[in-house]
Amino acid sequence: MSNRYIPHTDEDIRRMMKSVGISSIDELYADIPAEVIFGRDYMIPSEMSEIEIRKHFDELASKNEKLTVFAGGGVYDHYAPSVIPHLLSRSEFYTAYTPYQPEISQGTLQYIFEYQSIICELTGMEVSNASMYDGATAAAEAMFMMVASAKKKNKILLSGTVRENVADVVRTYASFRGIEVETVDEKDGETDREQLLAKLEAGDVAGVLTQQPNKYGIAEDFSGVADAVHAAKAQWTLIADPSALAVLKTPAAWGADIACGDGQTLGMPMQFGGPYLGFIATVNSNLRKIPGRVVGATTDVDGKRAFVLTLQAREQHIRREKATSNICSNQSLMSLYATIYVALMGKEGMIEVNRLSSDGAHYLHDRLLETGLFTEVFPGKPFLKEFTLATDLDMETLESHLAEKGFMGGVVVKPGTATFAVTEKRTKEEIDKFVETIARLAAK
Amino acid sequence: MKYYDKLIFELSRPGRKGYSLPKNEYGTDTLAALPGALKREEKAELPEVSELEVVRHYTNLSSKNFGVDTGFYPLGSCTMKYNPKINEEIAAHPGFLYLHPLQDERTVQGALEVYYNLQKILSELAGLEEFTLNPYAGAHGELTGLMIMKTYHSRRGDEKRTKVIVPNSAHGTNPASAMVAGLQVVEVKSKPNGSIDVEDLKPLLDDTVAGIMMTNPNTLGMFETDILEIARLVHEAGGLLYYDGANLNPLLGKARPGDMGFDIMHINLHKTFSTPHGGGGPGAGPVGVREGLESLLPNPKVIKREDGTFSVVNEDGALGNVSSYLGNYAVIMKAYAYILSLGRENIKNVGPMATLNANYIKENLKDDYLLPIEGVCKHEFVFDGLKDKSTGVTTLNVAKRLLDYGFHAPTIYFPLLFHESMMIEPTETESVETLDEFIEVMHRVAKEARETPELVKEAPQTTLVRKLDETTAAKNPILTYKALKQNENGSC
Amino acid sequence: MSKILENLRYSDSHEWVSLDGEVATVGITDYAQHALGNIVYVDMPEVSDEVTAGEDFGAVESVKAASDLISPVSGEVIEINDDLDGQPELLNEDPYANWIMKVKVNDPGEVSNLLDAKDYAKICEE
Repeated sequence: MSNRYIPHTDEDIRRMMKSVGISSIDELYADIPAEVIFGRDYMIPSEMSEIEIRKHFDELASKNEKLTVFAGGGVYDHYAPSVIPHLLSRSEFYTAYTPYQPEISQGTLQYIFEYQSIICELTGMEVSNASMYDGATAAAEAMFMMVASAKKKNKILLSGTVRENVADVVRTYASFRGIEVETVDEKDGETDREQLLAKLEAGDVAGVLTQQPNKYGIAEDFSGVADAVHAAKAQWTLIADPSALAVLKTPAAWGADIACGDGQTLGMPMQFGGPYLGFIATVNSNLRKIPGRVVGATTDVDGKRAFVLTLQAREQHIRREKATSNICSNQSLMSLYATIYVALMGKEGMIEVNRLSSDGAHYLHDRLLETGLFTEVFPGKPFLKEFTLATDLDMETLESHLAEKGFMGGVVVKPGTATFAVTEKRTKEEIDKFVETIARLAAK
Repeated sequence: MKYYDKLIFELSRPGRKGYSLPKNEYGTDTLAALPGALKREEKAELPEVSELEVVRHYTNLSSKNFGVDTGFYPLGSCTMKYNPKINEEIAAHPGFLYLHPLQDERTVQGALEVYYNLQKILSELAGLEEFTLNPYAGAHGELTGLMIMKTYHSRRGDEKRTKVIVPNSAHGTNPASAMVAGLQVVEVKSKPNGSIDVEDLKPLLDDTVAGIMMTNPNTLGMFETDILEIARLVHEAGGLLYYDGANLNPLLGKARPGDMGFDIMHINLHKTFSTPHGGGGPGAGPVGVREGLESLLPNPKVIKREDGTFSVVNEDGALGNVSSYLGNYAVIMKAYAYILSLGRENIKNVGPMATLNANYIKENLKDDYLLPIEGVCKHEFVFDGLKDKSTGVTTLNVAKRLLDYGFHAPTIYFPLLFHESMMIEPTETESVETLDEFIEVMHRVAKEARETPELVKEAPQTTLVRKLDETTAAKNPILTYKALKQNENGSC
Repeated sequence: MSKILENLRYSDSHEWVSLDGEVATVGITDYAQHALGNIVYVDMPEVSDEVTAGEDFGAVESVKAASDLISPVSGEVIEINDDLDGQPELLNEDPYANWIMKVKVNDPGEVSNLLDAKDYAKICEE
């Protein structure tokens, strides 16, 4: 019976059965009704050796193609420093459970504390939790926080410039919880300010959700939004790209009450959608409404600095159906990823990475306009690494032709337009080649 | 080794750097051209440290952690089994690492095949029709499953079914998930052995019940022997049965939730299928359903076309979206690699050996520890503290003393059915020698409790930090380096 | 043995009430603070909130437990004890001196339906 993951020899089993007082393993399952006992082998593949597993995944990998990515849509091909996978593969980190026993979990607890500190630095907020599943679920949880704070009000305003995959999750969560979600239309690629103000004034709004940069890559000007939201006794959540917050005005500086978003831009490999992390940070007055794990600093009996899970009485394992959220974990290892990334990039590197991406994106933007195949759709709107252009090209078809040439780019966020992104990983030469390929394909 | 407690921020020196970026080839500075109103006013106070400092710092932190690779981790309900290294290697395969989730589907056929194959394998192991692998964690799976339950009823026009029955022995996540799904929780009582009291259940089953959530074996490690009766009653009342997969491990090879009458379930890949817990995540909580409920599974979905190719589709019948893309994809790869490593020849031994290990510990410790429920358990069991209550040594004391002996503590004070709960789950990956060592130490702690109780009450003694001041941490929360610095300066 | 004051009225969820005209002062009992242990946070209602007898109006948290505060009376909150905001431990020190909220009650007669000290003592012994 012994296998490399199951150490029991026949002799072990005999000895253990004797100690337990049974004469066959089936006796351990005697309480299960006979009609429920599974009486055959599973119809699943036969066991594979490591050699076969490697071969199997090599074969699967050969059916994938690594493309030169000029697309974003919320996931960006940022550079991942070599150090990170090495440190993440320390098994003291990844084979640990949630740090319930703080005496032997100071490693996990401390990196989460550092992570919270970094998220607060980037967002300007006062408190952060230990991370959520992804940016979309973090936005849904932010909505719950706003509704919980508003007590009796139940309506959320969702900007039409929030990414569709985030909006879909927010709407799904809202529909089950009985929260009314009203869309604020977009105008010139930004949240329609007049409509937002009118809807706020109409009353009954618990909170507002907007995104920075938005689904077109535009960095919106939110001047005055906070005052209008707060005058309506509502809260404002700004969904943000944490990497871009090294250079953009922070959610706190705009006057937002909650900042959330997806941590993927902090150097996380795209790996087909995950794992990444969702972050959520807020002002002190919302502290008790924040979902999930939170780590705090304290001391031990000898006065040594130490860290511990705190504010646990809010959580599901204590409050059960009265908890603010049902989340009972975090993306712990990915919060370590984000922490190490920011530690390496540091105060200056975080800015430099934005500059390289933004300079590259503006270069691509101008080169695409030069082809004559694209025109400005939101002229003059500021952007960083991602932007949207109007085009008559059939982008869906072009996409698949580009893929054959080894490129990905021009995601259709809105019919008749294409959205492109550039990161620090792209070279000028790659951009030139990409533009030439588009021009050649369009000419066919 | 010297004691290390610096924060990364404290290593920072202005001008030092740990990053490597290419030269700017564009000759522009587009950031400077951003409108002033959009710009950050002051630079974020992020660390400035060299690469070696970063590496040493986090290596030092790792040495302050206890993982499955460090030692025995008998944490009940968490299934802390060995995490095979090949899984990690596979998840980092460069042929998958650089795939954008929105890539043209013809360029990600291998990635979609992994997702599809695991869906099919989990369906066979669970005895259900179809799975989504999108949910990110067990709690997220519960929420998704309850959304399916609620949608099933509302699509039939049956809007009054808003209650979900949850046993009072359930994990706290169950009622919390129900609340988030917009369902009201009705508690059903447990019998002394933690099983659902069928007589207490019957009067609850009216036409406002959407379904029931069950963990089987339950949180005391006991199989619900009345499961077929319960399934019949709930189905007759028009409700659905949800299976919380937290305790699936002991059933591998022996029984399938679908065959017991469950309609919806989630599986914790980080428990049963050995993708690591990662210090709290990322995990994955795939959700399976019986025939007839497949269309409700959340978008996006992976399907296999007649020509053998795979596609990502969004269907109108779905309940909506619970994730940005296809879940924690790399975790899915790990679980797939793990199942292939075991194969059909070995996976059937997982449940029996996990169960044998648990019973072995239970039988060998019940002389010193109070076993409230006699009889065969499954993968885990619960002691109600030490048998000898006269010493004043509590479950918490015993748990902390185990840390001194190099073991992780069991789950303590859960389930809530006993005052001194101590829940032990060894998993199938531990050898009998490890179990013997644990049993010996548990006996030694019981002896210490009788002879030198103060020693146990003051545990842990040998860990890097000892008992923490949790009251001050909760009363005056210090959650960031900035707040810590202010607090330390203020208290000088 | 926890302290029970003779001149107060009690709920079976361990809140005490003292009525002065139509204003009820509400707090938690010594038994409650003892059961919770070190209190780290009190979630209080806001002035002008309506509270209803039998429904929760806030919560008290200790490190690893939380308990809803159940209002023993119905009416409008006219004052809350701000001292508890920064010093929740006051509830441990003297739960009777440190009230939580004052309510202008709809029906002062409601208070006489609550337990007296003798009956409340029986509940605590159970």
